[in-house]
Amino acid sequence: MIALLTRDLKLAMRAGGGFGLGLAFFLIVVTLVPFGVGPQSDLLSKIAPGILWLGALLACLLSLDRVFALDWEDGSLDLLATSPLPMEGIVTIKALAHWLTTGLPLVLAAPLFGLLLSLPTPGYAPLVLSLLLGTPALSVIGTFGAALTVGLKRGGLLLSLLVLPLYVPTLIFGAEMARRGVEGLDTTTPLLMLAGITCGTIALLPFASAAVLKVNLR
Amino acid sequence: MGLNVSNLTIARGGIKVLEGLNLSLEAGQALVLRGPNGVGKTTLLRTIAGLQPPIEGTIKADPETMVYAGHADGLKPTLTVEENLTFWASVFATSDIDAAIDAFHLDALRTRPAGALSAGQKRRLGLARLLVTGRPIWILDEPTVSLDVDAVRMFADTVRHHLGQGGSALIATHIDLGLPDAGILDVGPYRARAMNPDDFDEAFL
Repeated sequence: MIALLTRDLKLAMRAGGGFGLGLAFFLIVVTLVPFGVGPQSDLLSKIAPGILWLGALLACLLSLDRVFALDWEDGSLDLLATSPLPMEGIVTIKALAHWLTTGLPLVLAAPLFGLLLSLPTPGYAPLVLSLLLGTPALSVIGTFGAALTVGLKRGGLLLSLLVLPLYVPTLIFGAEMARRGVEGLDTTTPLLMLAGITCGTIALLPFASAAVLKVNLR
Repeated sequence: MGLNVSNLTIARGGIKVLEGLNLSLEAGQALVLRGPNGVGKTTLLRTIAGLQPPIEGTIKADPETMVYAGHADGLKPTLTVEENLTFWASVFATSDIDAAIDAFHLDALRTRPAGALSAGQKRRLGLARLLVTGRPIWILDEPTVSLDVDAVRMFADTVRHHLGQGGSALIATHIDLGLPDAGILDVGPYRARAMNPDDFDEAFL
């Protein structure tokens, strides 16, 4: 398991691995939005939490089709499926590797990007916390979508269509928590909901992903 | 520790390809599968390896004793030869990759990224993976594709050594590997009869 994780991280870091793709996309969204809405910093600071969450979500989506596709193409997935590793473990590690290479950098970069959108000072801590709690769910749900579409050539479109509706609850509660943080309101309720969604997906979805992956390998 | 397959029926894409197939493999034995392209050799090997369920029949073998090597070698182009093998060794909870490197003469290529290898060298690396898994039953699908004459001999020697140590191998191949006591199974006669649905609707069920 650890070997699979270190291999995936190593692959992501090397040439063509796609590390930084999500981060670069996030940066592009965040720098372009002020050009799009104009230089009104009060408007920007109002929409900043939503934009930051949307940017993070889309950046996450961008790298999802790589989760299994590369291993499928070169035959590693067949070999992993016949290896001693349980399929549930494989998909969990894949989701974790996706989060470490996409979600975690987004969380760490979010304060900097908040600055670009003139996010009000009280909003930083809730924003980072909401992303930290929410992005693992994005990776786990996304891994499920990737497992569903693994054998398809150019499955990216289908993957986005399948995964986006499943992302909605995470987005609603995540953005709500960040917004309440900006306005200085109590963030407990969205925080609990967000944490609940993440824990639920981590507990249940690996089994579903493993099952569909087994079907797709036939 | 053997492999015993009885009355097996397998399908590919919902269409039966082979039926009523029996085979058994004991420790120290090799069995070569023959048959024309498209007859279902790959499907048979994938079914035995546990990647897909059979339609009918039983496969008696411990999945933890088998290792499968298909058409694709499962190599990561940006990892070096050594890193690729070390990864598979740790997945299969073994640690010795030197024997595998020696058996397929990969020593000079150790630090080369797998993406920079030739097709034959990639295949040698893919076959070297079998040795690092430490599993006794090898399920091999066309292992000699893109190997040159020397490499084929290298591979045959490795298989012979593996059999000598009590391992066994099930190999689908079209060439003669020079394994004198290997059994040969022609899967052609087990080809499934074309389905003749009784009525029109049944064809869609």
